[in-house]
Amino acid sequence: MRPGLLLLLGLLVLSQGARAAAQDPRRDGILADYAAAARADDPAFAGFSAERGRAIYLGPHQANADFPACATCHTDDPRRTGQHAKTGRPIEPMAVSANPARFTDAAAVEKRFGRDCRSILGRVCTARDKGDVLTFLISQ
Amino acid sequence: MRGLLLIPLLAITWAMPAGAEGDVELGPVTHAATRKECGACHMAFQPGLLPAASWRQIMSGLARHFGEDASLEPAKAADIEQYLVGHAGQGDGAVLRITEQRWFLREHRHIATTIWARPDIKTRSNCAACHPAAERGVFEDD
Repeated sequence: MRPGLLLLLGLLVLSQGARAAAQDPRRDGILADYAAAARADDPAFAGFSAERGRAIYLGPHQANADFPACATCHTDDPRRTGQHAKTGRPIEPMAVSANPARFTDAAAVEKRFGRDCRSILGRVCTARDKGDVLTFLISQ
Repeated sequence: MRGLLLIPLLAITWAMPAGAEGDVELGPVTHAATRKECGACHMAFQPGLLPAASWRQIMSGLARHFGEDASLEPAKAADIEQYLVGHAGQGDGAVLRITEQRWFLREHRHIATTIWARPDIKTRSNCAACHPAAERGVFEDD
């Protein structure tokens, strides 16, 4: 076999491995639960949107001048390490590609959405909002 | 007369978080849930840094925690409150911010505004910016 072809095959195997590492049945389960809830809220629900998720993530929103967006603490690039805007505490990256442990604990995901939606948006998030943001962060 | 002299002395001692002038050693936060939940957004402050009444008020208002929602499920909040109150220090129970307690202001009275404004400090509650061993509960004078 030609060395070039071998290299190509090797790269293909490696990239598949990296993709598999980012997949997690618990994360899929969390998304599936949000999808079911979004359908229950709105029978016309047609799937999550990374673009809508990005818009929520980047804001800016009007509810809280100290925290106008998720990006205020998590930075505009969710693959980067964030920093709490008030305390300076470092925050591990939100993007699954940079932090494969993200969104694997349903209770932790719900807790953070519960707090951060009220802090940033001044309201609770809908199941569609949560699924959109997760879809955006999984795509990054 | 001796008694009269004792009163201001005691007042000074009570106002300090650990009862010691100068170097203060509170030790690390030993309660896992407190370390994890409080430490997610800021240093998990040692319970000795606030009096019991301040901790009780903070834990009863987590939904509006200094401008942010820090809600916890009630059982977890109660567990953390028990640890904080059980190991609380001294101070003014009507003051919720550690950085506004009288002992804190006195200990930091010589820190210039220009130092507080340094970007790596960011906020007065960022103990570790100047006390590298703060997480372990060691706040040396320097």
